[in-house]
Amino acid sequence: MSKKYVKHKIWTVLLVLALGTVLVLSGCGGSGEGAKPEAGQPPGGAGEGAQDTLIYGRGGDSVALDPAIVTESESLKIGIQVFDTLLEYKESTTEIQPGLAESWEVSPDGLVYTFKLRQGVKFHDGSDFNAEAVAFNFDRWVDPKSPYKFEGDSFDYYDSMFGPDGSRVIKEVKAVDANTVQFTLNKPQAPFLQNIAMPSFSIASPKAIKEKKADFKNNPVGTGPFVFKEWKRNDTITLEKNPTYWKEGQPKLAKVIVRSIPDNTARFNALQNGEIDLMEDLNPDDAKQLEGNSELVKIERPSFNVAYIGFNLKKKTFSNPKVRQALNHAVNKQAIIDALFAGEAKPAVNPMPPTLWGYDESIQDYTYDLNKAKSLLAEAGFPNGLPEPLTFYAMPVSRPYMPDGKKVAEAIQADFEKIGVKVNIQSPEWATYLDDLKAGEKDDLYMLGWNGDNGDPDNFLYTLLDKDTIPGNNRSFYVNEELHKILVKAQVEVDQDKRAELYKQAQVIIKQDAPWIPLVHSTPLMAGKVNLKGFVPCPAGIEAYGNIYFE
Amino acid sequence: MNSYIVKRLAILIPVLLGMTLIVFSIIHAIPGDPAETILGDKATEQSKQALREQLGLNKPWLQQYGTYLSELARGDLGDSIRTRQPIAREMVPYLAATLELTVASMFFAVVVGMNAGIVSAWKRNSWFDYVSMVIALVGVSMPIFWLGLMEQWIFANKLHWLPSIGRMNSRDPVEAVTHLAVIDAVIGGRMDQVWTVIKHLILPSIALGTIPMAVIARITRSSMLEVMDEDYIRTARAKGLASFQVVYKHALKNAAIPVLTVIGLQTGSLLGGAVLTETIFAWPGIGRYIFEAISSRDYPVIQSGILIIAFLFVIINLIVDLLYAVLDRRIRYQ
Repeated sequence: MSKKYVKHKIWTVLLVLALGTVLVLSGCGGSGEGAKPEAGQPPGGAGEGAQDTLIYGRGGDSVALDPAIVTESESLKIGIQVFDTLLEYKESTTEIQPGLAESWEVSPDGLVYTFKLRQGVKFHDGSDFNAEAVAFNFDRWVDPKSPYKFEGDSFDYYDSMFGPDGSRVIKEVKAVDANTVQFTLNKPQAPFLQNIAMPSFSIASPKAIKEKKADFKNNPVGTGPFVFKEWKRNDTITLEKNPTYWKEGQPKLAKVIVRSIPDNTARFNALQNGEIDLMEDLNPDDAKQLEGNSELVKIERPSFNVAYIGFNLKKKTFSNPKVRQALNHAVNKQAIIDALFAGEAKPAVNPMPPTLWGYDESIQDYTYDLNKAKSLLAEAGFPNGLPEPLTFYAMPVSRPYMPDGKKVAEAIQADFEKIGVKVNIQSPEWATYLDDLKAGEKDDLYMLGWNGDNGDPDNFLYTLLDKDTIPGNNRSFYVNEELHKILVKAQVEVDQDKRAELYKQAQVIIKQDAPWIPLVHSTPLMAGKVNLKGFVPCPAGIEAYGNIYFE
Repeated sequence: MNSYIVKRLAILIPVLLGMTLIVFSIIHAIPGDPAETILGDKATEQSKQALREQLGLNKPWLQQYGTYLSELARGDLGDSIRTRQPIAREMVPYLAATLELTVASMFFAVVVGMNAGIVSAWKRNSWFDYVSMVIALVGVSMPIFWLGLMEQWIFANKLHWLPSIGRMNSRDPVEAVTHLAVIDAVIGGRMDQVWTVIKHLILPSIALGTIPMAVIARITRSSMLEVMDEDYIRTARAKGLASFQVVYKHALKNAAIPVLTVIGLQTGSLLGGAVLTETIFAWPGIGRYIFEAISSRDYPVIQSGILIIAFLFVIINLIVDLLYAVLDRRIRYQ
């Protein structure tokens, strides 16, 4: 075969392919079936017979599917489908209700918890759920040398909720009989039941852990409403119905496919095109498009977060509380909400959301009042505003509580300018951003937020503002001994009313000290098909899909 | 010819070695305690220490690099910190997804771009020439994410012609064998799915392929114009050859070298530049894999990802160089 011939062939092939491409592209319009590429039914899902597969669109993928070894919610969102916990949160609230444990008793000293377990429950691999299984799981988490703690794994949530090795809250977990399990504590822990209900403390099949070992995190086996089927990383996680689930009538769907679609607008496009049925993190701007679409509905997640501007108290400028209060008076929260949150947020007064128990309704916010701000600055010794420009760290990533950090920072920059405070906005890459805040050297003030983990005020107030969490989540380096005493006392108090009272006192102190400008409690938006029923959005953002069905 | 290939391959070794050194040094130049950054606030001192040992961070720099190289030589890219999976295994589906997308994009770019360039040169100063060069100009300056979202909005949401995200129908997926979805659909005998999978490729490959398409169109046009003024073309015309033959056979052959260079470079840049397209079209490719690794500071994955892309870039350049030699005999003696 001559070279000339080969080259001639190549060009012929290329030309034919070119022609083919043109035909393929123009052919898309001609063939009617191209119209319903994914679902096999028109967008909106109104096909004959109810749909029994849910495709859920979210922004990120899970890290691992063993809920005990992860701390981020994308993994826990899958964990809650595959596993059950001893206790669980009532739908859409943070109140606890029986789960795998049907009932429980607490000894008067708050040290012994005895749980009666549900009978006849089986793990997806066919093995029995019983008290031994519960003890196995807790023993796995407590022992740093457990043979079932696989290389690189750590049970960080266990350590953070029940104390690290050396100061554990739980002394012993004992199977009394097949259906009774007893927890003995070293010291009372007020939110103990609340903590037990966290998805991180899901009860996994001991048999599966022993068999799959390190691979368990990719092949989870629990007792939950859905059985894990397949994980294509950064693409889809497929779950199938658990036909013998213990909850009457659940799950209603035959299959759930959870897809990662990182871009919010692309995800919304996919929903409009019928490729997914339900989506998270709808851009406030895209929400307007929903109004004209009769096949889709907007779903609001209860606000369970706070976005705030923190002052770096390591910096001398902010050592005077009057400066902090002055800046609190200078931010027009409502204007920011209208312009940058499309109205889907409430101004924040306190460091925790009003939906949480223990919230102090009586606290008044610092009003938007520039004269007041100026006079406070003057009292602090700055009659002409601050002499030096401040470095303001604005979030480089979007979060449900902060869709566009830089724009919010610019709005605040303009507000501050009016009282003679100049700021330079900086937005380094996210990991550097968090490192810098933790070190507290580069920033003067910063923007951050928090989404509640477990429905306890401790998880906001102590986690974010106690002196114990420096360095860590207390990125303002805010230290108040009185507040610390109250927060620590609230941790060991067993009576919830008394605890609520303590948290109210704490909020008064924090408001007075003003280590932050609490900015907003945003309402995260979701969207779904109009015929999708039974989805109750949960404040913490982690819902079980057992009750979902299509009409 | 053979000695040329051997020489060309020999150059690869120092190039690749240099690359590993650069990638390794950059990662280690990042300030802060990597163990702490990676594991975050909730980690205990024990797990941090364990990670430092696992990553060998407590050893001298040179020793770390030596270990890294020897593992690399054995094909061991280490484990991902985030997922605890061996990277070499974990990366395969991502790499396949990106290769599939890159091939489809370059196919689009080469076929459309070259033909547009050729016809533009052929029919110089015609309306086709003007229109295609305006499109090429717009194409080069089009933000990929905007183009991608517009494509979705028009072709998926409004016209319902094409799916907007993903690689296949996730309600009825094709089983992964090679992780190249088109081939998997064929292997699995899922002929009904082949077309579905191809349809999933169309929008992202147009989004990703638009810039190279525009660049190729412009280079082809100018290179063709140059050649078409040459004497031998006039001779060919004078001999009475059909215009089509003159243009596609005689002129293109000599105009092809700069075009080939551009195709090679563009293909390489597609590999690295796919992050935006992969994000918008929920395409689980290597761009997103590295991007997620960067946001969670998964150093071994970042290292390996960059290395693999650089490696592919070098290989593509090698192929281009070898093709030069096929196209123009003089080159191999240089």
